Amino acid sequence: MPRFAATVDITHLPGILDPQGAVIDRALPALGYPNVTQVKVGKSIHLVVDAESEAAARAQVDEMCHRLLANPVIEAFAISVEPA
Amino acid sequence: MSARVGVVQFPGTNCELDVMRVVDQLGGDAELLFHADATIRGVDAVVVPGGFAHGDYLRAGAIARFSPVMDAVAEHAQAGGPVVGICNGFQVLCEAHLLPGALQKNAGLKFLCQAVDLRVETVTTVLTNQASPGQILRVPINHFEGNYVCDDRTLDALRAEERVVVRYVANPNGSRDGIAGICNEGRNVVGLMPHPERASDELLGSADGLVMVRSLLASVAVPAP
Repeated sequence: MPRFAATVDITHLPGILDPQGAVIDRALPALGYPNVTQVKVGKSIHLVVDAESEAAARAQVDEMCHRLLANPVIEAFAISVEPA
Repeated sequence: MSARVGVVQFPGTNCELDVMRVVDQLGGDAELLFHADATIRGVDAVVVPGGFAHGDYLRAGAIARFSPVMDAVAEHAQAGGPVVGICNGFQVLCEAHLLPGALQKNAGLKFLCQAVDLRVETVTTVLTNQASPGQILRVPINHFEGNYVCDDRTLDALRAEERVVVRYVANPNGSRDGIAGICNEGRNVVGLMPHPERASDELLGSADGLVMVRSLLASVAVPAP
């Protein structure tokens, strides 16, 4: 069965607080990067999935996101899949 | 025969003994429910207590939700049985979709550990049936992620159906609409961030949490012996 590498990028929905991003946003100007106007910190989850096709792998990872990996009330997610 | 109250213990739970002590103090019969057991052993009511279930990995409550015991808790809730989630337990019940919305990090991004005043907004729930409408209860909070969020439609429903159980008198964490606790449509599942079990004796600074635990015990229809 073909093997795929899937990456799930999870970010906070707009309006949801991101303390890590806020702290980094304050730290960068102090290091001489005053032109940084936005910092967001999310999560990246990497999976290796055996599936019949890329579409099948993507569909399964999408289901995992809905069931466990992300909470749609506060998080958005984006999935990318490529042959491993 | 006293009301049997099951208190769920996940790896990382740390308030189970406090809850059990108060239940016993008020004449109930508390017992520990282990997360890996797929049963609640026929208890009358369930409390999901505070702590850091499964280390809060991924998201607070996200892993705990899939513990074998949670299917039995959900079944009990669907049958109308009383279920209360306190602090981390509230987060678990939200992740389990037994309650709507989610808890995000506190506005101000600080861990909060302090006594707060709560206003009882409805007395027709398993956690407030012995309280008076509008009663102010002084109860501690102890959380980093207690900032309640939900979409507009959910908030409208919570308000219209009087499902906001307790509100903060002075909102400490940015919770939407000052919400400290909510209930489900059946009013038998309640989640709240404050810890009633820690306001169980004047020696602790307040005994205002007792009325909530007393309500829980009263919500159980115990057959006559």
